[in-house]
Amino acid sequence: MRKVAIYGKGGIGKSTTTQNTVAGLVEAGKKIMIVGCDPKSDSTRLMLNGLAQKTVLDTLREEGEDVELEDVRKEGYGGVLCTESGGPEPGVGCAGRGIITSINLLEQLGAYDEAQNLDYVFYDVLGDVVCGGFAMPIREGKAQEIYIVVSGEMMAMYAANNICKGIVKFAQSGGVRLGGLICNSRQVDNEEEMILQLAKRLGTQMIHFVPRHNMVQQAEINRKTVIDFAPDHPQADEYRALARKVDENEMFVIPTPLEIEELEALLIKYGIAA
Amino acid sequence: MLLRHTPKEIKERKVLAINPAKTCQPIGAMYAALGIHGCLPHSHGSQGCCAYHRSTLTRHYREPIMAATSSFTEGASVFGGQANLLQALLTMFTTYDPDIVAVHTTCLSETIGDDVNQIVKKAYKDGTIPKGKHVIHTSTPSYVGSHVTGFSNMVKSMAVQLAEKTGRANGKLNIVPGFVEPSDMVEIKRIAGMLGIDSILFPDTSGVLNGPLTGKFHMYPKGGVSIKALKSIGDSRGSIGLGEWASADAVRALDAQFKVPCQVQDLPIGLLATDRFVDALRIAAGVSVPDAVTQERGQLLDVISDMQPHLYGKKVAIAGDPDQVIALTEFLVTIGMKPVHIVTGTPGKAFIKRIKEITARFGDDINVKCPGDLFLLHQWIKNEPVDLLICNTYGKYIARDEDIPFVRHGFPILDRIGHSYIPTVGYKGGLHLLEKILGVLMDRTDRDAPEERFELVE
Repeated sequence: MRKVAIYGKGGIGKSTTTQNTVAGLVEAGKKIMIVGCDPKSDSTRLMLNGLAQKTVLDTLREEGEDVELEDVRKEGYGGVLCTESGGPEPGVGCAGRGIITSINLLEQLGAYDEAQNLDYVFYDVLGDVVCGGFAMPIREGKAQEIYIVVSGEMMAMYAANNICKGIVKFAQSGGVRLGGLICNSRQVDNEEEMILQLAKRLGTQMIHFVPRHNMVQQAEINRKTVIDFAPDHPQADEYRALARKVDENEMFVIPTPLEIEELEALLIKYGIAA
Repeated sequence: MLLRHTPKEIKERKVLAINPAKTCQPIGAMYAALGIHGCLPHSHGSQGCCAYHRSTLTRHYREPIMAATSSFTEGASVFGGQANLLQALLTMFTTYDPDIVAVHTTCLSETIGDDVNQIVKKAYKDGTIPKGKHVIHTSTPSYVGSHVTGFSNMVKSMAVQLAEKTGRANGKLNIVPGFVEPSDMVEIKRIAGMLGIDSILFPDTSGVLNGPLTGKFHMYPKGGVSIKALKSIGDSRGSIGLGEWASADAVRALDAQFKVPCQVQDLPIGLLATDRFVDALRIAAGVSVPDAVTQERGQLLDVISDMQPHLYGKKVAIAGDPDQVIALTEFLVTIGMKPVHIVTGTPGKAFIKRIKEITARFGDDINVKCPGDLFLLHQWIKNEPVDLLICNTYGKYIARDEDIPFVRHGFPILDRIGHSYIPTVGYKGGLHLLEKILGVLMDRTDRDAPEERFELVE
C-alpha cells in the first residue's frame, strides 16, 4: 500500500487535483482511501457527489468512543473509501490536534489494515504545514510520499518551498520523501518553465503540468471529477496522465529548500522578467 | 460533614465530573517507568505536570521520586519542544547517568503535536544518547483515558521498543503485573517461583518504591527489571498480562510483533482470580500445583468460611481502577458479600459488562458506572446505605460523612501505610484483604454494641 500526502498553498486546488487524480487511479483498477485532513471537510465532495458525510471528530464528539469504521467511512465514486477528519469551527479549538486525534482513531479502527486491501491512501492536508498537527500525515508509519500542488504564482511557490522545509525535518528521521510538484496552472507567464526550474532547484521533478480549463470548474459545480463528469474531455486525459505518472513514479527525494532571495531571483529570471 | 452539599437526588450529568475516580495519564507512565532498573522518567511538557506527578507518587509510596522535565516555556509551546527535549537528554545523560530514559508526553506537548518519536530518533542519530544507553517514549495525553491508560501505554512502549527477537528461545515466561503495588509484584514473582517458573516481570517496582532505609541515597535503587531482561522478552515462550486495562496492550503487541503467545487474565485478587492465575502458571510450567500453594489457598478458604457470619450479605460500595475493581468485586461476591455500588473513572466498554456478569446473582440491583465519579458513588450510598466502602484515600470523606467502615485500596493512598509492603494479590494477599475488611467491620460492631451485647469472643 502506498500512502500519499498532498500539500500546497490554500486554494491552490489540492482537493480538486487529489480527487481527479484518484479518479484516474480508480480507472486503472486501484483500491483507494482518501483521508481529508481539513476542518472544512471538503476533500471528498467530488467522490461523494456532494454528500457531505459525518466527520470523524463530529462522530467522536457525539457518539463518544463507541465509533465504528462504518460510521466515519463512506464509499464514493468507483469504490473509493472516503473519510473526513473534520475539526472545530473557524476561530476556536485546535484543528491540528483534531487531525492527530482523527488519524489515531482511524488507525485504531483498522482503516489501514492489510485486510482492507488498499493500493493507495491519500491524505489531503489543509494549506501549509502550519503546526505539529498538520504534519501528522507525514510522521513515521504514515504517508511515505508527498506531492506538492503549486502554480506559477509567487505565494504558491513560496508555500511549496516552506512545505519542503517541513518535509526535510521529517525525512531526516523518518522515511517520508518528496515525490514531485504538481503544477496546477494559473496561466501565469512562462509558468511551466518556472516550475520546472523550481523543481530542479528543490532536487525534485515537476511530475505533471495540469493546464487550466473551465471543464474542471464545470465538473466541480456538478459535484463530480472531470473523469466522472466528462470522461472524453481532454482535461480528463490530463488527470489520467497525472495518475499514471504518480503510479509509475520512482523519484523520491529529500528536498533542498531555497532561501527566499533565491526564490525571488528565480521568479524574476524565469517569470515576469522573462 | 465536608461533603454535606452532596444531594441525595441524582440528576443526570453529562459533562461535569465531581471528585473524579482517576488521575492523569503521565502518573501511570511515570510509575511504570520506575519499574525499569536505572531508569529516569522524563516528562515532556511544562514543569508543573512533572512536579504534580512526582509529588503524588511520593505521597503514595513515601519514597523520593526522581523524574526530569522538558521545562516548556511560552517559547517551547510556540516553536515545539524538540530543542528542550534534546537539551534535557544531554543534561540527563551527562549529569545523572541513567541507563535508560523513559519519555512520556503531556497535554501540552500532545496538543502542539510534538513528534517525540522523531525527536528521539534524531537524538540517537546525533549522538546525544551515549552508546549503550536507551531512550523509550510513549504518548500520554491526559484528555484521553486515565492514569491506567498512561501505565498501559508506557508498558507497551517498553515492550515493543526494547524487545529484540534473536530467535533463540530463553525459556522464560513474561508476566505483566498491571498497575499494582511493589508488594504485589513481589508476591506475583513469589507465586511464579513456587511453581518453578522462570519469569520476567515487567515493569517491576519492587525494590524501587518499597526499599529499605539504609541511610544512603541511591538515585537508581536496586530494584526494577533489567534492560537485558526486557530485551529478551521477544524470545520468551509466552506472556501473561494481568488486567485488561493495564497490561493487555503490551502482551498483545508482543504477540503481534514477536509472536510471543499471550493471554490476558484478571488481576489475581481474591480466591477465584488467583486460582485462574495459578492454573495458567501450572499449565505454562507443565507441573502440578505444589502443596505449599494449595496450603495457602486452604488457609484463605478457611478464614472465608470461619467468618461467614460477619461477611454474608453485607453491602459494599467500591471505587477504583477497572482491573482492581473487577477482581475485588468478584472476591466480595465469592466471600458472600454484596457489592451494590461500583464506580471506575477509567473508560472502557467492557467494564460494565464484566461487573454485570460477576454480580449476575443479584439481578439488576447493582449500580455500576464507567466512567463515573465519587460524587455519584456518594449519592448512591445516600439512597442505599452500605456496610463497607472500598476506595482510595479520597473515599475517606464519604466514609466520614456517612459513617461507613472504610478499607483503603487502590491508587492513591496518601494517609496510611502498608500498601507498598503488604500485598493484596494471591492467596496471601486475599488473607490480608480479608483481615482488613473484617477488622473495620468488627471494630464497627464493637463500637456500636450496647454493653450487654459487647462480646469478648466473636
